[in-house]
Amino acid sequence: MDRNRLHNQVASMRRSLFDQGYLDDQFIQLEELQDDTNPNFVQEVVTLFYNDSTRLIQNIEQALNSRPIDFCKLDDYMHQFKGSSSSIGAKKVTNECTAFREYCNAENAEGCIRSFQQVKQEHAILKRKLEVYLQTVTSFSNSMSCMETILSYIAYTIISSSLYIENMDKYGKLFGTTPQTELGVDKCLTTL
Amino acid sequence: MARNGGVAWMRTTEKIDGYDLSTSDTEEVHVLAVDDSLVDRKVIERLLRISSCKVTAVDSGRRALQYLGLDEEIQKKETNGFDGLKVDLIITDYCMPGMTGYELLKKVKESSAFREIPVVIMSSENVIARIDRCLEKGAEDFIVKPVKLSDVKRIIDYTTTELREGEQREGARARRRGINKRKQREGDDDLSSSPPSTLSSSTSSSPSSSIQSATAPLSPSTLDSPTRRLKMTSSE
Repeated sequence: MDRNRLHNQVASMRRSLFDQGYLDDQFIQLEELQDDTNPNFVQEVVTLFYNDSTRLIQNIEQALNSRPIDFCKLDDYMHQFKGSSSSIGAKKVTNECTAFREYCNAENAEGCIRSFQQVKQEHAILKRKLEVYLQTVTSFSNSMSCMETILSYIAYTIISSSLYIENMDKYGKLFGTTPQTELGVDKCLTTL
Repeated sequence: MARNGGVAWMRTTEKIDGYDLSTSDTEEVHVLAVDDSLVDRKVIERLLRISSCKVTAVDSGRRALQYLGLDEEIQKKETNGFDGLKVDLIITDYCMPGMTGYELLKKVKESSAFREIPVVIMSSENVIARIDRCLEKGAEDFIVKPVKLSDVKRIIDYTTTELREGEQREGARARRRGINKRKQREGDDDLSSSPPSTLSSSTSSSPSSSIQSATAPLSPSTLDSPTRRLKMTSSE
């Protein structure tokens, strides 16, 4: 069944994101903040992070290209970057940020430039993975709500039918019954 | 009285900029959250809302002071005096451009109108010297980022307890101001010894009271926060 496949896909994607160290506990905190009143919370935070961090990446690029390099400013930008990435549980990205800041504190320009490549790489990898994962989650929850709609319709039909059958004698007096109808009613009642 | 997050959604309204102009609901804690990071602001706002709080989130210390009505420059112009709802708790990031969380803390504690408001500092850096400085300036607590739901729940719990105790003290004081003079004399004695007795009866005790009355017994649950352990040792 499609839904089961989706469910398994979601579960295994999620597991590997944690197992491979892309995400940590903080991501679980975000998931726990999502509910019926805020069904897209995780997606919203992730989107916000990627918009915000793209801006920071541009700032860092600029700072790294300027001569002389303002390490203070760099550290400031990276501090913000690291803060946001740790707030969404982006483990690998956060670790690369930490490495960068060490080169920054040592005023090692070469180290900073190399380290920054790593930051951008992890940032991009996680972005792709999260896009796919969250899309799958959305597909799954859409399929769930589809099933819920179908199931509730079926339930509604059963309940209203049983109500009708229970009151069949009353309706029967209204509409008139035949022996065949009464037999049919008994069959319905036994199956239900 | 722990509030179930599942029930809270029926009561809280979602505001985009967090400026809630409805009449104050005395049951809900109103928190002013200050953080320059968009992501962190969104997360802290949600954490607070899910803990049944009213939230006003601002992006700088300056705006926080404006909201409180403490900004000297604005005050002169502000004739309609928009001070919004009464703020029960301020939770602020430490590292912010312009005014740091520490400077905001100082300004709040130095103001006669707002010094009673508990201020909690958040920081990604777990530096003891920084924590000490903040606590000495009167910070209620210090949370290391990233902020978790358990951190927020803990803070809201003791803020609610403090508020309730404050109201009880108010109520008790009002009763004592009543007719019976004999009771009034006894009441004064009670007031001086009341903090320890209320602390021992509640499970989530206030750490700031622990500094004022060092003999106050605290239950094990209050020692969860490393800051509280720090406070305990510094007060001893």
